[in-house]
Amino acid sequence: MASVSTTTAGADWEYAPAPESREIVTIRPEYGLFTGGEFAAPLSGKHFTTLNPASEEPLASVAEAGEADVDRAVASARKAYDQAWGRMPGRERAKYLYRIARAIQERAREFAVLESLDNGKPIKESRDVDIPLAAAHFFYHAGWADKLGYAGFGPDPRPLGVAGQVIPWNFPLLMAAWKLAPALATGNTCVLKPAETTPLTALLLAEVIQEAELPPGTVNIITGDGSAGAGLVGHPGVNKIAFTGSTEVGKEIQAAVAGTGKKLTLELGGKAANVVFDDAPLDQAVEGIVNGIFFNQGHVCCAGSRLLLAEPIADAVLDRLKQRLATLRLGDPLDKNTDIGAINSRQQLDKIEGLVAAGEAEGAQRWSPPCPLPARGYWFPPTVFSGVSQSHRIAREEIFGPVLSVLTFRTPEEAVAKANNTPYGLSAGVWTEKGSRILWMAQRLRAGVVWANTYNRFDPASPFGGYQESGFGREGGRAGLGAYLDA
Amino acid sequence: MAGPGSARTSMPDRPAADRAGKAAKTAKPGKTPASSKTRARGARPADRAAVRANARGDGPVGGAATRVDVRKTYKLFIGGAFPRSESGRSYPAAGPDGAVLAHVALASRKDVREAVVAARKAVAGWAGATAYNRGQVLYRVAELLQGRAAQFAAESVANEGVSRAEAERQVAEAIDRWVWYAGWPDKIAQVAGAANPVAGPYFNFSVPEPTGVVALIAPAAPGLLGLVSVLAPVIATGNTAVVVASESAPLPAVTLAEVLATSDVPPGVVNILTGRAAELAPVLAAHMDVNAIDLTGAAAADRAELARLAAGNVKRVFTADDDWVAPPGPARMLAFLEIKTVWHPIGV
Repeated sequence: MASVSTTTAGADWEYAPAPESREIVTIRPEYGLFTGGEFAAPLSGKHFTTLNPASEEPLASVAEAGEADVDRAVASARKAYDQAWGRMPGRERAKYLYRIARAIQERAREFAVLESLDNGKPIKESRDVDIPLAAAHFFYHAGWADKLGYAGFGPDPRPLGVAGQVIPWNFPLLMAAWKLAPALATGNTCVLKPAETTPLTALLLAEVIQEAELPPGTVNIITGDGSAGAGLVGHPGVNKIAFTGSTEVGKEIQAAVAGTGKKLTLELGGKAANVVFDDAPLDQAVEGIVNGIFFNQGHVCCAGSRLLLAEPIADAVLDRLKQRLATLRLGDPLDKNTDIGAINSRQQLDKIEGLVAAGEAEGAQRWSPPCPLPARGYWFPPTVFSGVSQSHRIAREEIFGPVLSVLTFRTPEEAVAKANNTPYGLSAGVWTEKGSRILWMAQRLRAGVVWANTYNRFDPASPFGGYQESGFGREGGRAGLGAYLDA
Repeated sequence: MAGPGSARTSMPDRPAADRAGKAAKTAKPGKTPASSKTRARGARPADRAAVRANARGDGPVGGAATRVDVRKTYKLFIGGAFPRSESGRSYPAAGPDGAVLAHVALASRKDVREAVVAARKAVAGWAGATAYNRGQVLYRVAELLQGRAAQFAAESVANEGVSRAEAERQVAEAIDRWVWYAGWPDKIAQVAGAANPVAGPYFNFSVPEPTGVVALIAPAAPGLLGLVSVLAPVIATGNTAVVVASESAPLPAVTLAEVLATSDVPPGVVNILTGRAAELAPVLAAHMDVNAIDLTGAAAADRAELARLAAGNVKRVFTADDDWVAPPGPARMLAFLEIKTVWHPIGV
């Protein structure tokens, strides 16, 4: 892990390596499934390996849940719902959730290092964003557990039962928190399936849940591939499905759940427009553009992947953007100075490379700063395409990588038309000093979250979710509770 | 909220809700502990000794002959410090049998004024803290209350003469109630605020904001539970408080001050005065730098005059004779909030 990037093109000085120690983390050679409050070997008898994407070294052997394992997890969740959690007064549930929040805070560094190892994201992001937000999510929802009567769903809203939850690899612990915290606060029990490539922090969270002494079976965590997720979605013992992931899989899940009476929420892909007007504060806007698309290597469903620039400022913004990108440091995710970490998997890297090749083939101009990539692991340099038209694949399809497509506009109406010209609708950004224009844009943008003069802000009190093919249902805030209530 | 007969579960933490249900039958509102049927025949010597020695109250004091206890001085809590009354006065806090437990500071008008200055100074920081931060600070208070549960129970038994079981129920209820309020800071705006659909091209929203410095006359009983029930809702939303503790049961109030002093609550956010409500309440009610007053603990005969004094600077006046055992609603938070509405045009 000594490979530290030297990508500061244009800079005549170097950073010394500042790697975060991985000693704080103990990774077991092999993990079982967490069901009924215990870790147990999978009934399937199968395991798979999870890798460090920055080095391709194996990290651990993880259980691969089969059909019988899904059955067992759902049965233990049902039992916990019937016998303990579903009947427990809200204020007792609250205290368990506070325990989880506190334990994540106490073990924050351990979680952060493990997340960066398994996912490839820079330690400064896992340390300052993923883990604190995960703890905050439990803390916020703990407070709702004994106040559900005030949430606007009637005086005594009821839980749904057993929730089956399938989460992606881009924010592994944070997505687990987004799923578990509201479900538990409202009195449901859970079967959570982490992504195949990033199971480790969910398994550490299982330990935390065990230590917090939640009634056995209240939370079950089963690792595996897409078939385990499909088995969970299709299981007749599940009352509620929550999925975060690609629109393609989301559509399959919606079709599979149709007619079963299961309650469903989907948080899917995005192709967000980040709109910069000519009166925008340009230095702030450039920072926001960078944060919008290069945060977490662009593995963000709400990433600002389409930059819409007002024509008069387009060249100036692009110049500043390129200068700024030349200072980004790509390399060891555990180095505290790293801005861009590893791509999470070979499969994802292939997808990014394929779409970037299509962008060049279709005539857009590709640019990256000088950026040597480490020899081992999965890496992709920050990339900007200019001269992009709306018909290009890189303007229509979600790349889910550090690739920005730049388009221009002349009038606010044109900006709205281009921003909304997508089947997605998860998020959008607006940059202008004019408050009335922000609100005018916000009224017209078909997106679940609109960031004005900022980007990629998240808070447990703030609902998050999409319009159109970015899914339905919200996570966070008062609205998010509705996803887990019979209301 | 759970009440009697709620589902029992096999939790490691015994559900305090059951205790609350039982307590509902025993502690009636409006009754002083002296008239309560649950009142013990007088505090056990052990509890009294525990209070005097500031011990945890959870062990026997047998063998005391070999060691002399160190007794606690019960002082005021102003601006994060523990001064005696500037007046040099004190009054005896006694158990139900009349035995003196401690000489507690008898706050003066000047102490009130100093407490208001401290509370005012703390408003900007506390009201300006993020709701998440305030919630975490308040939850930390609950963590420390739990650690002192035995001490609070011993003080309640010695000072108020309730049975040990009843005291433990009240303390558990007080802790759980504090936890309930700790969850409110980042939710109250989502319940009491609104986006308002005005008939024009304007974005219009309303947010609740703390009113400022709130004076509280704490109920006479139950000592800890009554105090927590009036204090927690006021500070949860970002107000700061000047509290006149129960005259007859001041010991849990001073111990609560010690908890607050060691749990990240900024100095001045809570100021606790022990003394005579009849002497201090009029000073607070007439004080021109106090924004609101809760008269819950004031004698019924005094309330009208105190409310009249409060009109001098248009204080918000709140009075409610709560059933302290019943689950609270948001009324005590809403009473000390202002609603701020913001208009902004929409247009290119």
